[in-house]
Amino acid sequence: MPFDERELEEIRKRKEIWEREYRNLSKRDTNLTTVSGMDVPPLATPGDLNGFDYIRDLGFPGSFPFTRGVYSTMYHGRLWTMRQFAGFGSPEDTNRRFKFLLEQGQTGLSTAFDMPTLMGYDCDHPRARGEVGKEGVSVSSLADMEALFADIKLDEVTTSMTINCTASVILAMYLVVAEKQGVSWDRLDGTIQNDMLKEFIAQREWICPPRPSVKIVVDMIEFCAKRVPKWHPVSISGYHIREAGSTAVQELAFTLADGIGYVQECIERGLDVDDFASQLSFFFNVHNDFLEEVSKFRAARRMWAKIMRERFGAKEPKSWMLRTHAQTAGASLTAQQPLNNIVRVAIQALAAVFGGTQSLHTNSMDETLALPTEEAVTVALRTQQIIAEESGIVNSIDPLGGSYVIEALTDRMEKEAFDYIRKIDELGGIIKAIDIGFPQKEIADAAYRYQQELDRGGKVIVGVNKYVTEEEMAIPTLRINEEVDRNQIERLREIRRRRNNEAVRNRLGAIARAARGGENLMPFIIDAVREYATVGEISDVFREVYGIYRDPAYF
Amino acid sequence: MANERKVRILVGKAGLDGHDRGAKIVARALRDAGFEVIYTGLHHTPEMIVETAIQEDVDAIGLSILSGAHNYLFPEIIRLLEEKGADDIVVFGGGIIPKDDIPGLLKKGVKSIFEPGTATGEIINWVRENVSPRNP
Repeated sequence: MPFDERELEEIRKRKEIWEREYRNLSKRDTNLTTVSGMDVPPLATPGDLNGFDYIRDLGFPGSFPFTRGVYSTMYHGRLWTMRQFAGFGSPEDTNRRFKFLLEQGQTGLSTAFDMPTLMGYDCDHPRARGEVGKEGVSVSSLADMEALFADIKLDEVTTSMTINCTASVILAMYLVVAEKQGVSWDRLDGTIQNDMLKEFIAQREWICPPRPSVKIVVDMIEFCAKRVPKWHPVSISGYHIREAGSTAVQELAFTLADGIGYVQECIERGLDVDDFASQLSFFFNVHNDFLEEVSKFRAARRMWAKIMRERFGAKEPKSWMLRTHAQTAGASLTAQQPLNNIVRVAIQALAAVFGGTQSLHTNSMDETLALPTEEAVTVALRTQQIIAEESGIVNSIDPLGGSYVIEALTDRMEKEAFDYIRKIDELGGIIKAIDIGFPQKEIADAAYRYQQELDRGGKVIVGVNKYVTEEEMAIPTLRINEEVDRNQIERLREIRRRRNNEAVRNRLGAIARAARGGENLMPFIIDAVREYATVGEISDVFREVYGIYRDPAYF
Repeated sequence: MANERKVRILVGKAGLDGHDRGAKIVARALRDAGFEVIYTGLHHTPEMIVETAIQEDVDAIGLSILSGAHNYLFPEIIRLLEEKGADDIVVFGGGIIPKDDIPGLLKKGVKSIFEPGTATGEIINWVRENVSPRNP
C-alpha cells in the first residue's frame, strides 16, 4: 500500500474519532466473530496492514507467491471445473447419474464409494451388511469399475475418486479400465483422494496404522510420477478436518502440515521434489463465513508457495502452486427448512470463486436427509453456472485483492496457521502429532466449543435456533433400492466363479511378498486387479502384513 | 436417597460409518451433565456394541449413524439385546435418518431419534426423564 508514515498517522488519528462515535452509539447484540470464533476488525483500514508489500505479499496471478491465483489467466482462460460428487447403489445407477450430470453441464466427474468399498470389505462381507450402496457406489471388483465407466472414455473426462485406505486398489482398477478402453495411462487426468493422514485426523476411514498407510500413499505418488504423469495421486484435504469441527485456521494448518508430511516422506524415499510436487493437489472446505473463507484460500496459496520454495527448495514454479478443489460445507446444512440450504450453498460457492478454486462441488439442499435427488443436484450445479455466467465476479481476477479486511485476515490466518505448523514440527512432525492425538483433540475441542456456542444461542442458524417454523415442508428424498445388495453379491459370486482363482491367489501372494519386502505395491496390485482380485481380498493382505488400526476413541 | 447409582450410557458408533463429530460431542455433553459415559469409538459391529453394553452394565445405548445403514443397524442391536435378555437397556440415537424412516425405527423399539439440529440440552433432558439405572 503506497501510504507513507504521515498519511498512516493521519488515518490512525481519524480512526480514533470514528471509534469514539462507534463506541458511543447503540449496536445490535452481535459478536463480530467468524463461524470459527476469530474476531474480525469492525472496520479495516490501511493501518491494519503493517509492512504490506504488494510485490512480496500479493504479486501477480500465476507467479510466486500465487496469492492472487495459481494461473495468469485464472477464469479467463478456463472456468473452475464443475465437479459434483456422485455415487450410490450399483455401478449402473451411478453411471446413469454421471451421464445425467454431464448432460446438465458439469465438466468433471467425482465418484463417491460406499462404506464397504471405502473400508476394504467386499459387498458380501458380514461387515458390509446394510451398508452396500448406501453412502456411495458399491465396487468390489474390476467388473464393477468397468460398469461404472461404461460408455465413458477415460481420455475424454477428468475423474476424481474419493477413496483413501483402498485408493491403491481403486486406482489400479481405473488404470486397467483405461487399458481395456485402449487409453494409455499418460493421457489420464484426474485425482484420487488418497490422503491417509487426514483419515486418522478427521474422516476416519482406515485399515492399517499410520506408517504403512503413508507408505502406500508414497508408493502411489512415486508410481504416478513415472507412469501416470497427468494424474493427481493425492488430494491433500482440509474439507473433512473442517467437517469434523475444526476452525478455519486449524483446517488450513493441519492440511498444509499433512502436505509437508507427504513431501517429507517422498524426499526420504529418495524422490526429487520437483519430480512429484506438481502432481499434488488440495481440497478445502468452503464454509459460511465469507470473509474468513476467501482469506483462507489466499493464505493457503501463499503459505504453500513459501513452504515448497523455502522449506523444501523446490525449483520449478509448478512445484510451488497450490491447486485446489473445494466443496461447500456439508455440516452447515440444516434438515429444517431445507430450501434455505440453496442460499447457504450459493454464498459458500461465491466464496470459493472469490477464493480462486480450480474445481468446485456444491452441495444439494436435501443432503442432511439423504443422498441428492436429480432435482436437488441440478439446482446445486446451476448455482455454479449462474455464478460463472451471470454474476460478473469472474470478469476481474482476485477482485477482493486489496480489500483492507481481506488482506488483514489473509495475513492473520497465515500467521496463526504457521504457528500451528511450528508446533507440529516441535512435536516431531505430523505422524508423531497424530500418534499422540494432537490434531484430533484440537478438533474435538473446537467442535465442542462451537456446539456450546450454538446451544447458548451465541451463534445463529436460521431455521434451527432462530426463525423456526412449526410446520415442516416435506421434500422428496432419494431412496436406495434394497435390491442393490442382492445384485451386487450375485455379481461378485459370478466373478469369483469365472475368474482364474489360482492366478488370483498367486497375485495376492505377490502383493504380500512385495509388502514385506518394502517394494512399491502398485504394479503388484494392478496385476492382481487384472485377474479380478477384489477390494476385500487385497485389503486382507494389507491387514495381514501391516496390522489393523483401532480407534483410540478420544472424545 | 443413599448412594443412588449414576445412570450409565454407552455412546456407540455402529457399522463402518466414521462420522464421529456428533457422537463425541454427545458423549462429552452427557459426561459434563453428570452421567457416566462410555464411548465405543468407531467401527463396532452390533455384536460388539451389545457385548460392551452388557459388560459395562449400561442403562442406555445412544447410537450415532450417518451412513444410511440405520434400518439395519438399529433393529439388529435391539434384536441382540432381546436375545441376551438385556432388552431393558434403552436404545436411542441420531444421525442422518430421513423422517420417513423414524416411525419404523420407533416401532422396532428405538425410544427416540434426535434429528440434525438438536441441541445437546434436549438430549440431556430426555435422558434424565427416560433413563434410570437398571440395577440401582
